[in-house]
Amino acid sequence: MSTRSEKISHKILEHEYVPKHELLSKEEAIKVLKELGVRPEQLPWIRASDPVARLLGAKPGDIVRVIRKSPTAGVSIAYRFVVVG
Amino acid sequence: MAEAEKVIRGIKFGILSPEMIRKISVTAIVTPEVYDENGIPVEGGVMDPRLGVIEPGQRCATCGNTLAQCPGHFGHLELAKPIIHVGFVRHVYMLLKTTCHACNRVKIPEKDLERYRELYRKLKDRWPQLANSLVEFVRQKAAKALECPHCGARQYKIILEKPATFIEEGGRGKLYPDVIKQWLSNIPNTDLEVLGLDPEVARPEWMIVNVLPIPPIAVRPSIVLETGMRAEDDLTHKLVDIIRTNEKLKEAINSGAPEIIVEDLWELLQYHVMTYIDNELPGIPPAKRRSGMPLKTLAQRLRGKEGRFRGNLSGKRVDFSARTVISPDPNLDINEVGVPYEVAMTLTVPEYVTPWNLDRMREYVLNGPYRWPGANYVIDPSGRRLDLRYVKDLKALAESLKPGYIVERHLINGDIVLFNRQPSLHKMSIMAHRVRVLPGKTFRLHLAVCPPYNADFDGDEMNLHVPQTLEARAEAEELLLVEKHILSPRYGGPIIGGIQDYISGGYLLTLKSTLLTKEQVADLLATIDYSGEIPEPAILSPIEAWSGKQILSLLLPEDFNFMGETKLSSGNLKCTSEECFWDTFLVVKRGKVLEGVVDKTVIGSQQPKSLMHYLIVEYGDRFGAEFMNKAFKLFLRYIEMVGFTMTLDNVELRDKALAEAWEYVQNSYKEVEKLIELYNSGQLEPVPGRTLAETLEIRILDVLAKARDEGGSMALKYMGLTNSVYVMARTGARGSNLNIIQMAVLLGQQSVRGERIWRGYRGRVLAHFKYGDLSPKARGFVEGSFRKGLTPIEVFFHAAGGREGLVDTAVRTSQSGYMQRRLINALQDLYVGYDLTVRSAYGELVQFKYGEDGVDPRKTSFGKAVDVDRIIVKNVGWRMTP
Repeated sequence: MSTRSEKISHKILEHEYVPKHELLSKEEAIKVLKELGVRPEQLPWIRASDPVARLLGAKPGDIVRVIRKSPTAGVSIAYRFVVVG
Repeated sequence: MAEAEKVIRGIKFGILSPEMIRKISVTAIVTPEVYDENGIPVEGGVMDPRLGVIEPGQRCATCGNTLAQCPGHFGHLELAKPIIHVGFVRHVYMLLKTTCHACNRVKIPEKDLERYRELYRKLKDRWPQLANSLVEFVRQKAAKALECPHCGARQYKIILEKPATFIEEGGRGKLYPDVIKQWLSNIPNTDLEVLGLDPEVARPEWMIVNVLPIPPIAVRPSIVLETGMRAEDDLTHKLVDIIRTNEKLKEAINSGAPEIIVEDLWELLQYHVMTYIDNELPGIPPAKRRSGMPLKTLAQRLRGKEGRFRGNLSGKRVDFSARTVISPDPNLDINEVGVPYEVAMTLTVPEYVTPWNLDRMREYVLNGPYRWPGANYVIDPSGRRLDLRYVKDLKALAESLKPGYIVERHLINGDIVLFNRQPSLHKMSIMAHRVRVLPGKTFRLHLAVCPPYNADFDGDEMNLHVPQTLEARAEAEELLLVEKHILSPRYGGPIIGGIQDYISGGYLLTLKSTLLTKEQVADLLATIDYSGEIPEPAILSPIEAWSGKQILSLLLPEDFNFMGETKLSSGNLKCTSEECFWDTFLVVKRGKVLEGVVDKTVIGSQQPKSLMHYLIVEYGDRFGAEFMNKAFKLFLRYIEMVGFTMTLDNVELRDKALAEAWEYVQNSYKEVEKLIELYNSGQLEPVPGRTLAETLEIRILDVLAKARDEGGSMALKYMGLTNSVYVMARTGARGSNLNIIQMAVLLGQQSVRGERIWRGYRGRVLAHFKYGDLSPKARGFVEGSFRKGLTPIEVFFHAAGGREGLVDTAVRTSQSGYMQRRLINALQDLYVGYDLTVRSAYGELVQFKYGEDGVDPRKTSFGKAVDVDRIIVKNVGWRMTP
């Protein structure tokens, strides 16, 4: 969307505090939504302009998987719905 | 009752149109007169009988119903000139800014408009948030246009003069409401859509009122005073003001009065209508009663803590509840609550009459409403309610009872009730108790349940609620009973447990030196209705004697193993293994207390990983509750047997101890002196980021803080475990070492905001000191102790330090209370689903797995699903030597 995307460094993905994000394929996304029993917009949102989303090339309507460290569970998995913005 | 069930799908808010107001109106109000000379309401006045029934027995002039059935009816008032509704001033302002004054279209080019409208329609249902930002964008864009894209007219700047005057700068000047109404009514429906208005229910010209609805009398009832005088409601007063002004305005217009007079009256009418709607508007003086009290008008009824929403809808008053002072009763179960007879005879439980309880129910009815256990009402199978206070022949009624009747009987022992103490900050603030009807006028509760309620007995009051249906009672018993809340989800440990004398008693009972004769053992065991065998005595000769540990062991399960340090194990009594000279390491093997004493870290409340905690986790809530009931009674009986008290002598140290402490303090003084000298000579090394003076203060504070702690501790060494005060502090029953030091040795440095006290005169706190005196005593170091006494100057310092604490608590409670309120409002509808996801009421995902691991904190040991260490001790602890 934005021409500024080139300016974001891929280094941010390596930062300790940036959890791992993955763009889901359409099949995967449908599977996830079915498992959780939600409509996409009922997931937490992430803006398409979010630096990580831009690096992933996520477009509004996509679903992103976030894999992060958790103090209680070790590793926890969350999903984000990409929205305009 | 038997109407078809209807489901509310949604609520839509709109604006009443003048046509609608006239349609729902039953009469036009035409006169400011309220009553005639005879006190009869005037027709066409604000108390017109057609607006609804006021007195019982009357029939409504409109609907023919009686007081109970008549819902009340609206009237209407035709205003001589339109008035801007204060609630919509901001909307009107927005509309005036975004539309053209000449053609009244939105100032957006036609083809853009079309595009925005399309987009808005698409977004509206699925993305309301985005639709809102689109509307915001359109509004801003339209307001910026200098020229109308439709008619080309030059645009003027509109200024809003608070509260409700619009000025067209460079154009017509002041815009009168009738002009605005004309303007707004010309805006086409299609243009309104992109501005975020729904023209179906909210045409903008309706924001300017020319017909005022007059609410039914039921909304603003008049009160008859003892003197026979009628006092009207604030709203009625305000309505009379409006009508009177309206009449005057009408007259002025009809008689062709000068422009200024008409305008003034118009302005006045605007004021009255505004204050009728909201009397707390910024910038305009509130309308007042004769007494000077501001009137409570429409908005005031709804808004704020005591308003309709927060006061009456979110917070309702309930039946079947009671409130009184609480007091302690160690003889109750922890699950019980003591209820006074008076309360038990007022609150009732409906009980269905069955063949199996018929005799009991007859008994209740026979006892009637004034003798416990009786009944207050009987409901017969036809649903008729008999008040037993007025039934002449209770005997006959009791005879006629048969299955199908419902008896509303008094509260009896064993009934389930909810017990609550405000502030209800966690779920343990409301728990279910079993009733125990007792003489007296207070609610009684077991001392061990004080921590979850945060209750004490200095005048605290608590509320009691009686669930009425079988489901509610079953639910309360299964989910809310006190014993189900011994473990707190806050930290996974028991929140209910031993406090104060339970801990002292436990310690004294389990002391190594405690030996009990057979009589004493029998006495102790009798208090807990022990019916098993008495174990073999620990000492056989010269007399048979039992240790306290043996008695406590009788309550422990036979396969229970536990080992751990006690609270006592610190400082000179420290023990970390079984080989403990001081008896401060608790060892329980196969249900026998072999070694160690019982104190706060063993049976205390809010002590995770304690003996008590594992007993509850491993043997269940029921066992835990029963253990507490019995053990605590035991401890109390023992503390009663030996006697436990404190006296002034307990905080009196021998001279040698005080001298030692004093020497330390004196040395600290010298150190401070040295620091001050160093500072004065400029040789003090500043702490990075601090000035020299600040550095000095920090260093002095460090030295003096240490002086009290170290000096005090040196003196404390001379106290022994024969000293009750010291026992209480060491076992954790009450008080701390610091408390003892302050009582016996010295108070130490007093501080305000973490600094030594320096405010007062210039360069000194009080006139008794020299200018610039930095010595400890001039800046709030108190040498006195509570036993010895304080000098007047020390009292002042202590008061200054003490005040800070009071202010802090006051500020903290109000701030955290507000935070709590907002958090609760934000989180109240979240739930954990069966798939362990956390969702909002609309199904939006909040957490993908509750707490990210889906674990109930009450059922874990500190986040870990398995506590390996504990499992080892639990299973093979009996042959371990830690």
